[in-house]
Amino acid sequence: MIPTDEPCLSAADPGSPPPPTDLPQDAALEMLRSPYERSLDCVHCGLCLPPCPTYRVSGHESDSPRGRILLIRAMAEGRLSPDDASGWEALDGCLDCRACESACPSGVTYGRILEETRRERPRLARGSLRERSLRFLLDRFIASPRGRKAALEAAVLLRALGLDRLLSRLPVLPGLLRHALSLGRSLPPRSSRRPIPPGLYPAEGPPKARIGLFTGCLMEDFFGNANRAALSLLRRCGLEVLVPSDQGCCGALHLHQGFEEACVRLLERNFAAFEGVDFIVSTAAGCGSTLREAGAIRGNDRACAFSSRVLDLSVCLDRFGPPPRPRAVPLRVVWDDPCHLRHAQGITEEPRRLLRGIPGLRLLEVEASESCCGSAGIYNLRRPETADAILERRLEALLGSGAEAVVTGNPGCQLQIANGLRARRSPLEVFHLAEILERAAGGGETAPKAPALNGSRSSRPA
Amino acid sequence: MPRESRLPVPIRNALPEGRILEDPATRLVYEYDAWSIVRNPPLAVAFPESTAEVRNLVRACIESGVAWTARGAGTCLSGGATPSGGTCLLIETSRMDRILSLDPEDRIAVVQPGRINLELSRAAAPFGLHFAPDPSSQSASTLGGNLAENAGGPHCFKYGMTTDHVLGLTLVDGEGEVCRLHRDDGLDLCGLVVGSEGTFGVLTECELRLIPTPTAVRTFLASFSSMEAACRAVAKIVSSGTVPAALEILDRLSIEAVEASVFAAGYPKGADAVLLVELDGEEDEVEAERIPVLRAVQSEAPLEVEETSDPEQRARLWRGRKGAFGAMGRLKPDLFVLDGVVPPSKLAAVLAEITAIGREQDILLSNVFHAGDGNLHPNLSFDGRNPGERERAMEAGRRILKLCVDAGGSISGEHGIGFEKIEHLSYLFSPTDLEILGEVRRCFDPAERCNPGKVLPLGRACGEGSSARRPGILPSREREDP
Repeated sequence: MIPTDEPCLSAADPGSPPPPTDLPQDAALEMLRSPYERSLDCVHCGLCLPPCPTYRVSGHESDSPRGRILLIRAMAEGRLSPDDASGWEALDGCLDCRACESACPSGVTYGRILEETRRERPRLARGSLRERSLRFLLDRFIASPRGRKAALEAAVLLRALGLDRLLSRLPVLPGLLRHALSLGRSLPPRSSRRPIPPGLYPAEGPPKARIGLFTGCLMEDFFGNANRAALSLLRRCGLEVLVPSDQGCCGALHLHQGFEEACVRLLERNFAAFEGVDFIVSTAAGCGSTLREAGAIRGNDRACAFSSRVLDLSVCLDRFGPPPRPRAVPLRVVWDDPCHLRHAQGITEEPRRLLRGIPGLRLLEVEASESCCGSAGIYNLRRPETADAILERRLEALLGSGAEAVVTGNPGCQLQIANGLRARRSPLEVFHLAEILERAAGGGETAPKAPALNGSRSSRPA
Repeated sequence: MPRESRLPVPIRNALPEGRILEDPATRLVYEYDAWSIVRNPPLAVAFPESTAEVRNLVRACIESGVAWTARGAGTCLSGGATPSGGTCLLIETSRMDRILSLDPEDRIAVVQPGRINLELSRAAAPFGLHFAPDPSSQSASTLGGNLAENAGGPHCFKYGMTTDHVLGLTLVDGEGEVCRLHRDDGLDLCGLVVGSEGTFGVLTECELRLIPTPTAVRTFLASFSSMEAACRAVAKIVSSGTVPAALEILDRLSIEAVEASVFAAGYPKGADAVLLVELDGEEDEVEAERIPVLRAVQSEAPLEVEETSDPEQRARLWRGRKGAFGAMGRLKPDLFVLDGVVPPSKLAAVLAEITAIGREQDILLSNVFHAGDGNLHPNLSFDGRNPGERERAMEAGRRILKLCVDAGGSISGEHGIGFEKIEHLSYLFSPTDLEILGEVRRCFDPAERCNPGKVLPLGRACGEGSSARRPGILPSREREDP
């Protein structure tokens, strides 16, 4: 029926893989059993292509969710060697932003397919230097408070001495470090980075519930002010807030890279730290998403009970508030949907509703607000060029919108967008949702100082 | 990747570095489109960005004796964008996605073929214009692919198929020459190319008509306890002389699949069929048309009728229809969508027979279709890993298409022939007919290297060596030096 031999074609046939009807069976399949089963929901319709930021940059099917699913399936079926570099190159290129899940009519759980496949990588493929260095970076500099502080101090010191610019001009410097230095320049000033002392903070008025505030790693170290604003807002909504001292990294970045057992270990610690609170509130979309998926990842009752109590800050304020907003904030702002809020948690309305309620504030909608900014955990460090190309599209929309400020709900996005705007010398400022809301609430000492909001865009000379 | 290239040197040199990929992952992901039955990993995948680059590529292929297949987003449901064979070069147009010009006064847009359908309409929206053909894949499918397949869509009942909205095109033909064809140039060769499924050449520019977006739109959703009642309601609407913008039906299984998905539209789950009717135009026009529509619907004892002109509510009602195909992944891992056409008056009878065929072949079968023009889309869901299931699905498909032809219809409404229906052409055409059609095709592609094996069975050109093209048969040809 189908032409199998084409006499007019002269190039040698590279040899077709076995027909797809063959029942897959071997070790690779055993390791990839779960992602393989999940992948069977995909009928290859292609609706996930346009929302995929990496596909939009390259136009390559292998940089699309549909292509990556096919590659994982091919690995399980033995049609693609698990050692094949081009396959992993494609899988590594994924942001894990999950915009494809929002577009998928079949409800393919793409995020889990990718994470489970990355998890099996050490068993499937020969260990790589890349793998080990990534793991080192995550363990020592992200999940460890000491490492984080050291890196932060180093960045601040370099900046103060003006060495960062000098260093980033060195041609021998790897792209990752160069990009990290650039991001360091977009850090908020020290005065905006003060973390919250652990403890129990009383509600204003009779308490409606007890909240455990998950302060996060980057959030706490880079955007302490936003966490302080969140604390104040929660209390204004009549919520008692516990900031446990023994909480720690949620493991989201580990999970996205496939280090699932490390993520689980980190999660376990938080299960214990947040015993006894009614809800756990996250100010970072990325952390909140992983905390909410803990049940699905761990699969036991304790994890499920924990997960079901996790709320994003916007949802919590919307449900128990809204917080009072007596003070006008005369700004035209754009709400930047963090992917792990919009696509992973399906939250779009609550932050917008909270913003619309601020007197004097005008909320603008821009095109591509559902598209990733390129930060994606540590993606912007792993693949700076792709991340920049993705950011570019987002910035175009923001700059063309006539907005004066961008409001978001995730530290990675905040840093990435602020960095992009700084590079373009744009006057647009970037804030966390909590900062703007706290300002409208008439925030005192925890609020940024008026009139110039000390957002993440540093106007301070280095 | 220090792999040895299998590519002939002229092809390797036809594009700038890095825009022809032949690594295993790339070859694998391009092995098929949205029709999963035939899979051929291509020799390599090329990503041109301009007409000149496509021409260089095609000429390099000719020089090397390699065939090629062009592809947009790979949403084709008949294998049109599946590589013709393992020695075929895939020309991917995803990087040719620019709008070259958009003239709101003349209502004309010139676009590159990789532009996504919906993103053209989005760009035209500020001028109160849109591109009418709206295949369900329109959020992903490209205009080049829409032209190649002469795509339809729900609103084509009133506004016509893709070909009715094409004013001109630029094509790199089978001999590597750039042809600019326009509707006004004597013989309508442009119309001939639209729907030729990439067998005449590779489209590199499309000149398209934009139409004003209607000021008033009203959408009705009626649910029925039987498919027959829904079909009768459609027949009554059509015979009343009303021309709705769209008339769509989903059956029970389809309703259940979309209601379980992110495309959930709030269709009543207990219904055997839901009918979507859309009226558009000027306010008074819509107001006048709604009476006969409601009368026809009410006369068939609907379970529920919802009527709305609110844009958000309308989008919700349509969401389920647009997501129906993809949502079938919830039923079985593999899907085979048919595209038969029957006279609208025979819808109910044919559907009953289709259901019987599904039962006999033991294949899970659901129906989503354009009822107004009788364009059926039976969805055959199966698991290709189970021995015999794929074959049973193919057999059911064959019998259903035969049934459509016997009922006075056709084997394809809008999805194209591709690989999928090539065997079934004999239901419609005699060997002589096919030979004549092959002759027409060889005017553009004498050696049959453009997407061989699609639309028409391979002709003499391949096996016997073809005579050179008769000179001077095409107008507006421009010879451009490489």
